[in-house]
Amino acid sequence: MSDHSITETPMQKDRAVTIFERSRPGRRAATLPPVDVPERPLDELIPAHLRRERPAELPEVSEPEIVRHYNRISRRNYDLDTGLYPLGSCTMKHNPRLNERVAGLPGHARLHPAQDPKRAQGALELMWLLGEALAELCGLPHVSLQPSAGAHGELAGLLLTRAYHADRGERRTTVLTPDTAHGTNPASVTMAGYQLVKVATDERGGVDVADLRSKVTDEIACMMLTNPNTLGLFDENITEIASVVHEAGGTLYYDGANLNAIMGHSRPGDMGFDIVHVNLHKSFSQPHGGGGPGSGPIAVSDRIEPYLPVPRVARRDPGNGSSPIYDLDHERPKSIGRLRGFQGNFGVFVRAYAYILSLGGDGLAEASETAVLNANYLLARLREGRAAKYLPPAFERRCMHEFVLSGRPAKRELEVTTLDIAKRLLDFGFHPPTIYFPLLVEESMMVEPTETETRESLGAFADAIEEILAEAERDPELLKQAPYSTPVRRLDETAAARRPVVRQALGA
Amino acid sequence: MADESYPDELLYHPEHDWARVEGDEATLGITWYAQDALGEVVFFDPPDVGTDVTKDQPYAEIESVKAVSEVYAPLSGEVTEVNQAVDDSPETINEDPYGKGWLAKLKLLEPSEADGLMDAAAYRKLLEEND
Amino acid sequence: MTRYTSATDADRREMLARIGASTVDELFAELPAEVRLDREVGLAPAMAETEVYDVLARLASRNAHAEDELCFIGAGMYDHYVPALVDAITQRSEFLTPYTPYQPEVSQGHLQAMFEFQTAMSELTGLPVSNASLYEGPSSVAAAGYLAAGVTGRRRFVCSRGLHPHSREALATYSEGYGTEIAEVGLDGGVTDPAGLAEALDGDTAAVFLQTPNFLGAIEDVATLAVRAKDAGALVVVSVDPMTLGVLRPPGELGADIALGEGQPLGGRLDFGGPSFGFFCGTDEHLRRMPGRIAGETTDVEGRRGYVLALQTREQHIRRERATHNICTSQALNALGGIVYLSWLGKQGLVELGELLAQRTAYARDRLSAIEGVGLIHSAPVVREFGLRLAVPVAEVLDRCAAEGIAAGYPLGRDYPEHEDGLLVAITERRTRGDIDRLAGALGRAVADSRTPKPRTPEVVRS
Repeated sequence: MSDHSITETPMQKDRAVTIFERSRPGRRAATLPPVDVPERPLDELIPAHLRRERPAELPEVSEPEIVRHYNRISRRNYDLDTGLYPLGSCTMKHNPRLNERVAGLPGHARLHPAQDPKRAQGALELMWLLGEALAELCGLPHVSLQPSAGAHGELAGLLLTRAYHADRGERRTTVLTPDTAHGTNPASVTMAGYQLVKVATDERGGVDVADLRSKVTDEIACMMLTNPNTLGLFDENITEIASVVHEAGGTLYYDGANLNAIMGHSRPGDMGFDIVHVNLHKSFSQPHGGGGPGSGPIAVSDRIEPYLPVPRVARRDPGNGSSPIYDLDHERPKSIGRLRGFQGNFGVFVRAYAYILSLGGDGLAEASETAVLNANYLLARLREGRAAKYLPPAFERRCMHEFVLSGRPAKRELEVTTLDIAKRLLDFGFHPPTIYFPLLVEESMMVEPTETETRESLGAFADAIEEILAEAERDPELLKQAPYSTPVRRLDETAAARRPVVRQALGA
Repeated sequence: MADESYPDELLYHPEHDWARVEGDEATLGITWYAQDALGEVVFFDPPDVGTDVTKDQPYAEIESVKAVSEVYAPLSGEVTEVNQAVDDSPETINEDPYGKGWLAKLKLLEPSEADGLMDAAAYRKLLEEND
Repeated sequence: MTRYTSATDADRREMLARIGASTVDELFAELPAEVRLDREVGLAPAMAETEVYDVLARLASRNAHAEDELCFIGAGMYDHYVPALVDAITQRSEFLTPYTPYQPEVSQGHLQAMFEFQTAMSELTGLPVSNASLYEGPSSVAAAGYLAAGVTGRRRFVCSRGLHPHSREALATYSEGYGTEIAEVGLDGGVTDPAGLAEALDGDTAAVFLQTPNFLGAIEDVATLAVRAKDAGALVVVSVDPMTLGVLRPPGELGADIALGEGQPLGGRLDFGGPSFGFFCGTDEHLRRMPGRIAGETTDVEGRRGYVLALQTREQHIRRERATHNICTSQALNALGGIVYLSWLGKQGLVELGELLAQRTAYARDRLSAIEGVGLIHSAPVVREFGLRLAVPVAEVLDRCAAEGIAAGYPLGRDYPEHEDGLLVAITERRTRGDIDRLAGALGRAVADSRTPKPRTPEVVRS
C-alpha cells in the first residue's frame, strides 16, 4: 500500500459484479407470446440430433435487476456528455439528441433493408442527399456509403485501387504511408494484399518529399495520407506529393479522420486525392458508442467510379414534373463487389444527414474554423506555465484542429511519463488525450478539443495540466500511483495478457 | 527484474540479441536492454524446431502489453530447441534474460559468422551512443 | 455562432489575443492557395431544429415500414420485438457518448459490458472465445477467411451456396486482397450437397464456410460436413442465426472452429440494414488470431476486479501491418444492446422463443404451401424461415400483398436464379397466428389474381 492511497470511494467499494453473478434460477425478465398455433412435437419439427440439449447459460434475472445493473455499470464510464474528451484524431464533438430522435422515427428505424426500393423511397433519397453533401465537402463526385467505419473505407479504397490497376493491365505491389499513419492504414494495406513502404517525416512534420521521391517506383499502387496529418499539421507540400504519386501512376488515398479541420476551407479532391473516406462518427457527430457504431463512406474521382461497391443508390428523373425515383443499382460490371450486407449503417446516415442540415454549409465551415481556433487556443494556454517546459509541442508550428505534445522533458527531468500525467488527469475529472501516438514523437500526447468546447472548458484543462506538472515537480510518485478516485485504479494489463480471461466461467 | 548486465562470455548483435556459442551450436536470447525497452513480456512466439534462421533476419516475436518486437537472429542455423518454459512464464525473459530466459538453440550453419558480432564492451558502447 | 459551438465575438477576440493572431483566417494561412476553397460550401444554409425534424419526418413517411405493415421479410435481418429497456440503457449518455476504452480506469462500464457480451456469445455458440463485435454478419465471414488463410497458409475457401449471398459476395471481394480463391458447393434438397463438398475439398483448402439455418431456412447437418472439412485440414467456419441457438445444437458442439453471424436479431432494430453487429467466436487455439476488440478480466493495484482491452498486440494500433484485422471502431453500442437483450430474454426465454418460432413457422409453412399455386422449395427442417415456390411472377405477388399492407417476403430470383419463382418467408415472435392467416389470405388472392388477368389494384403510393 502506498503513502498516497485514500479511503475508498463508494464506487470503488462497490466491487464489479457481472450480470451472470446476479442470476438466480427461475428469474426472468421476458414474457413471450404464447404458442397460438396447433402445437406439434418439437422432434417432428427439428430432429433430435440437430437440437440443443443443454441451454446456453444466459442470465436469469428480472427486468428491474437488468436496468439497475446496467445503470450502475454505466456510471463507471467517463463520457463526453459529462466532460471534455480530447482524444486526438477521434473528434469527440457533441452528439446532438435531435439526431437520436429522427433516427428513431419508425419510418427509418423499422424499415427492412430488403424492402422493395419502390417502398423505401425516403431512405434511398436520404442516402442520395447525404452522398451529395459528402461529395461537395470532399470535392469528389461519386460516393458509396457502404463501408462501416474508417478502416472499412480504407480497405475499400485499396481494393478499388487494385481493381483500377488490374483493369489497366498493371500489376502493382506496394502502398506508401507516412510513418505517422494511423495503425488502420498499414493493417488495411496487408489485408488488401499489398506490401507496406513507409515514408519519413521531415523537420516541419510533413511528408519528407525527398524521401518520398526516393521510394516511389512503378510498383506503387497508392499512397495513403491524411491532411492535416496525425501531428495536427497541414502538409503544405500536398500538391507536389500528389503529382509525384500520380506521375508514378499511383492513386492517392485520403484518410478522413482529420476532416474536422478543413470542412468548407479545403477539399481533399482539390488537393489531388482520388479516394477519400469520411468518418461519420467523427466530423459528422454520430455518437461514438464506446467503440462504434460508426460509418466510413467513400468519395472517389471519375476514374475510380466504375469500381465502387454494389449496390449504388441511383436516381432517375422521369421528367414531366414528376418526382425523382430512387433505386439500388446492382448492375455494375466493374464493381469490386460488396464489402458487407445490405446498404451500410443507415441509422448513422440519418444522424449525419440531420447534422448536416442542422449546420448547413456555413455552419460546417464555421465548425472547422472553431475547431482550429479552439485547438490553437488550448495550445497557446499550454505554452504558458509549466507545460512549456515539460510538455512542449512536438513541432513549432501553428496547429490545425489538434496538436501533439512531447513529454520527453517531463520524463527526463521529473521522471514522470505521459502515461503518469494521463492517469492523474483522471483524478481531475478529464478524459486524457490520446497517448503514445503517433509513434514518431517520444512520450506523445495528441490533443483534439473540437469546436463544441467552450473557452472555459479549455482553460480548465490547461489549468489541470499546470497543476499536475506542479505536483510532479514536488512529488512524482503522486502521479505514478494515480488515479486514486476512479472506480478502479491502475489495472494489471500484464496479467490480463499473460493469462487471458475473456469470459466468465459458468457452472456445468 | 534483473539488474542491468551484459555478460562478458556472450556475443552481441546490434538489434539487441545475444548468442552463447559453443562449437557449432549456439543459444540465443535478447539482452537486458531489449527486455527493459519492451517492458513486461507477456508472450513469446517461437519458431518451429527444424526451421532455418538467417543472420540479421527476424526469427520470432516477443510481445509486451503494448508492443510487439521482432527478435533478430545474430547467427544463421537450424533451430534445434526452443524454450517451452518461457511459454508458461514469459516473465522469465525479464527476470533472467541470459539464463532461464533463453529463447532458442541453433545448430550453426556458418560458425565463423560469430566473428562479426560484438563483444560485451562494444555492445555497451553502442548503447551509450544510442542514448 | 453555429449550432453546438459557443465562441462569441468576445470569446474569439480573447482567444486570438492569447494565440497571437489577429483573425481566425490567419490560422489557415499555411494552406496553399491552390487548395483553398474560394467559394461558399455548396450546401443549403443552417436550418432550425424544427425544420430539420420536418425534413427527416417527411423522408421517413415515404418508407413502408414494419410499424405500418406486416413484415415477413427476413434474409438475415428480422423484425423482432426490441424491448424498451434496451433503448433506455443504450441511450444513456454514459454508454452512448464515450469512445473505445483506452483508459480502462474510467471505462469499466463498457469493458464489463463487453466481457458479459463475450460470455453470452460464447455460451450461445459453444465456443470458448468471443470478441466484442465486428461490423455485421457478412463482413465477419470475410474476417474468418483472413484468419483461416493466415493460420493455415492455404489459399482456397470452400463455400456453401447456402451461405447468405451478401456473405459470399463479401468473401469474394475481400479475397481479391487476400489472394484467395473461392469454390462454391451447391445445395441438394435445400442443404449443402455432401458429395459436392467432398469433391471441392483439397490440400489447399483453408476453410469451409457453412451457414445454419442456411439462407433458404434449412438446418444444415454441420457435424457431418465438419468431419470432412477437418479431414482435409481445413478450418470449419459456421455462420449461425443467434435466435435459433435456443433450440439448435450450437456450432461449438458440431465441430466448428469459428462460429459467427449477424447479431441484429439480438435487440437490434431493422434500421434499413444497419448499424447492427457481427459476432465472432473461436477456439482457444486461435485466440491470438482473433480479429477485433476483446475485453479481459484482471485486478487493479488494490485487488479490485476490473476489465481491460486484452491482447491488444493482435490489433492494428500496435501490430499495424501485421495485425489480425484492420478494425478499429466496431459496433460496441449495438453489442451492448445485444447483451442487454440476451439478459432480458434469459436462459429460458431463448429456448421458449426458439420453440415459438419453430411452431409458428411450421404452421405458416403448412398453411402457405397448401395454397393453390404455392409449393415449397425444399422440405428440410427449418426453424424460422422457409422458401416457397410460386406459380406466378413473384414481383407481382409482392405488389399485390403490399397493397394489402403486407411485405410477404424476400424474392429469391436475383440471388438464386435457379429459384426465379422463389419467395423467402420469415417468422418472428411479432408475427401472430392471425398475421400468418392474413398473409395466407393475401397470398392466396395474389396468386389467384395473377393467374387470371384482372385490372390491377392501384398501388398505394405514399407521398
